[in-house]
Amino acid sequence: MLSIVDYLIFSGLMFGIGTMGIAINRKNVIVLLMCIELILLAVNTNFVAFSRFLDQTTGEIFVFFILTVAAAEAAIGLAILVVLYRQRNTINVEELDELKG
Amino acid sequence: MEIDWLKFFFYCYAALALFGATMVIFSRNSVRAVLFLVLTFVASAGLWMLLQAEFLALILILVYVGAVMVLFLFVVMMLNMNLSPLKEGFVRYLPLGILIAATIVAQLVWVYKNTDMAALHLGELAQKPADYSNITELGLALYTDYLYPFEIAGVILLVAIIAAIALTFRGPQNRRSQNIAVQVATRKDDRLRVIKDVGPDSDLKA
Repeated sequence: MLSIVDYLIFSGLMFGIGTMGIAINRKNVIVLLMCIELILLAVNTNFVAFSRFLDQTTGEIFVFFILTVAAAEAAIGLAILVVLYRQRNTINVEELDELKG
Repeated sequence: MEIDWLKFFFYCYAALALFGATMVIFSRNSVRAVLFLVLTFVASAGLWMLLQAEFLALILILVYVGAVMVLFLFVVMMLNMNLSPLKEGFVRYLPLGILIAATIVAQLVWVYKNTDMAALHLGELAQKPADYSNITELGLALYTDYLYPFEIAGVILLVAIIAAIALTFRGPQNRRSQNIAVQVATRKDDRLRVIKDVGPDSDLKA
């Protein structure tokens, strides 16, 4: 039988893959953004699973807001990426070290 | 023996999603990574559909796959970059990445295995009535209890639109346009040139 633990383990694995992606792809900004999307997806799956198993809509509402904020984050992140590429002609994280502070 | 279809579909979608996620972080080509991310999102939408979160599953496909992933794809294809130097250090950080991921997953699984949450099964939950509408229930909660968060979410999206346009807008590039500030600030010397001595052989004479 399918219990909530199956869903939690699935999203735990997804979260682990996302963090692993951030650890190993530390040069390509686009892949880093995609790994953040994976982590958000894992969290959202947890929310939806708990919402169903506890029979409350609160979790689904929260997922709704997370999706909104994630879409805004992706749009601004990609806009910054495009500006960065125009100025520096690279998206390698290690070459982006000119910020003073 | 009767097949537990719920479990069958769960494992199909979960395997598909995890395969897609693994390929996202390991594929060498960014375009291919985005396409595998699309696969991951579609499979996750199937998982959410099994949890009877129909609206969110469809939103995940429409908004995420349809808008955000297409945005990613556009950016990846627009940036004509050389990918090979971006993959350096991949092997060097692989053990660290596996260590971090294994630690997180092991901790989570250990916690999950030591709870009594597994007692509740998906097939035994209270079934919704036939005329139940997920969208109606979400909408009722969203427009009453969560009205202010909903409006703030709208403002966040507006800010995101304006910020994205303001960041990437470069002004008119290849077309002539009227710049009123320059027109107003112009002086006589910018436009007029007085030529004093006009000789008899000059072609300026009529």
